[in-house]
Amino acid sequence: MFGKILIANRGEIALRIQRACREFGIRTVVVHSQVDADAKYVKLADESVCIGPAASKDSYLNIPAIISAAEVTDAEAIHPGYGFLSENADFAERVERSGFVFIGPRPESIRMMGDKVSAKRAMVEAGVPTVPGSDGALAEDPREVVRAARAIGYPVIVKAAGGGGGRGMRVVHTEAALLSAVTMTRQEAQAAFGNPTVYMEKFLENPRHIEIQVLADQHRNAVWLGERDCSMQRRHQKILEEAPAPGIPRRGVERIGDRCAEACRKIDYRGAGTFEFLYENGEFFFIEMNTRVQVEHPVTEMVTGIDIVQYQIRIAAGERLTLRQRDIVTRGHAIECRINAEHPYNFTPSPGRITAWHPPGGPGVRVDSHVYTGYLVPPNYDSMIGKLICYGENRDQAIARMRIALSEAVVEGISTNIPLQRELMMDEKFVQGGTSIHYLEKRLAEKKANQG
Amino acid sequence: MDLRKLKTLIDLVAESGIAEIEVTEGEDKVRIVKHLNVPAAVAMPAVTMASPAALAPAAASAVGSAPASAPAATAEPAAGQIVKSPMVGTFYRSPSPDSKPFVEIGQTVKAGETLCIIEAMKLLNEIEAEIGGTVREILVENGQAVEYGQALFVIG
Repeated sequence: MFGKILIANRGEIALRIQRACREFGIRTVVVHSQVDADAKYVKLADESVCIGPAASKDSYLNIPAIISAAEVTDAEAIHPGYGFLSENADFAERVERSGFVFIGPRPESIRMMGDKVSAKRAMVEAGVPTVPGSDGALAEDPREVVRAARAIGYPVIVKAAGGGGGRGMRVVHTEAALLSAVTMTRQEAQAAFGNPTVYMEKFLENPRHIEIQVLADQHRNAVWLGERDCSMQRRHQKILEEAPAPGIPRRGVERIGDRCAEACRKIDYRGAGTFEFLYENGEFFFIEMNTRVQVEHPVTEMVTGIDIVQYQIRIAAGERLTLRQRDIVTRGHAIECRINAEHPYNFTPSPGRITAWHPPGGPGVRVDSHVYTGYLVPPNYDSMIGKLICYGENRDQAIARMRIALSEAVVEGISTNIPLQRELMMDEKFVQGGTSIHYLEKRLAEKKANQG
Repeated sequence: MDLRKLKTLIDLVAESGIAEIEVTEGEDKVRIVKHLNVPAAVAMPAVTMASPAALAPAAASAVGSAPASAPAATAEPAAGQIVKSPMVGTFYRSPSPDSKPFVEIGQTVKAGETLCIIEAMKLLNEIEAEIGGTVREILVENGQAVEYGQALFVIG
């Protein structure tokens, strides 16, 4: 087991990783930018190193600074968290070449899953169902493009191979709009990801976003830890998540879960990962794989009792997974509401000093947040300041507890999306369960139309 | 080591403030040294005579500044500009373990003169003075780990 781990991230996930380390008696080194010097986890760390000014590119994305910090503190391993460099294969490679353990998959796996075309091909080979689409990258020849779209059937979606997470994609409803859409997406992809390769898929009209959590060790053992429903999204950003997914027959989930675990063994995957699917009309369609721990990992932890971050560390330290698939049992229901420092309805960011922070508590309530009264939320990073997770023996109880928890929560000094979360907990369709990925945006648009 | 890599290393040394670089890759080892004008080497003998008296307080302040984050806070900084570290790494006062330090307390430096080296990822980076003046204080010890923004010198 490691003696010292460097946490190469910030915010609530840095605190989460630190907690997992402390439980194991592992000393923590936290790297931070100048504006994060007063973060809670910096104060609690055994050592902290300021690696740069506020701008992410000079700090949390600054590979030499992070590796240098690991060198001067004699860290043994580096945990990249989520976002930032967590899915940067070059970073993973340089970490390993510098003599440190990268707590995550091998660089080759990151690379394979980072390219959405190669990821899809790997899944097809591994027997995981994918969204029907172009066989690999779209050809340059416009006639081929038109043919591919006709074969798939409109509407189609054009996606950048180097994209993912909702970036670099465009929906096309008619043939007339097809070629210009492809050209624009290629140009945007080149500018944003340095890679103009695009592929095409059938655009599903009303899918749900269902994902499977996996854990795989360095000895070809792999298990899946149930599914999550992350359909409540705005502009491809998840707002709330839950486990398990309501109203989906267990047999279908089990079959997909087993395929994902098998795919992990086939591609020699290591660590924690998530297979993302669109689910429509009883069928699962693979869209992409995230090769890191995710924001919404707590809902899986609540219903399985398994500490995912600790398993990441154990797997990286070479431990064998003693978890057997038959031992993994899902009990009860968990919901997570992301707390963002933003206006609840027009979504403008709201950085600034939190003058009062009063988190909720009680049975089945978990708060994952790094903020405190007097904390200054910096404007330089994403707006998420914490997550509120509620667990119940069933979905109704989880919702009831979340309503109470949201009513107790107080955040003053900045705006947060708590009012929106309270509304969603009362929303009839949400309470019914099974809303699609377009539901929230439609609802927000209706609300705006009714007000205006 | 192929010629392309070699050329990249040579360009790296030529274009940067790096004075010397040694790279080992498997069985290959390459050492590239750049010969610079080192005006500090000329100035130093003149200063060493005057500095024995300054050395005593310098030693005392070095011992007193053992906790890495404390020195700037506890010691009263002398009048002047604080030179802060632009990177994370290990602070060295001289170009190599056997050489004299780049600067001593009381020494006059010109803008652009090398004050110290910060080693990061096996590369030695020369840190230059932005403004000329006299070195009033040296706030970190030789071999100490430094972070971005950490106060290194006071030049007044």
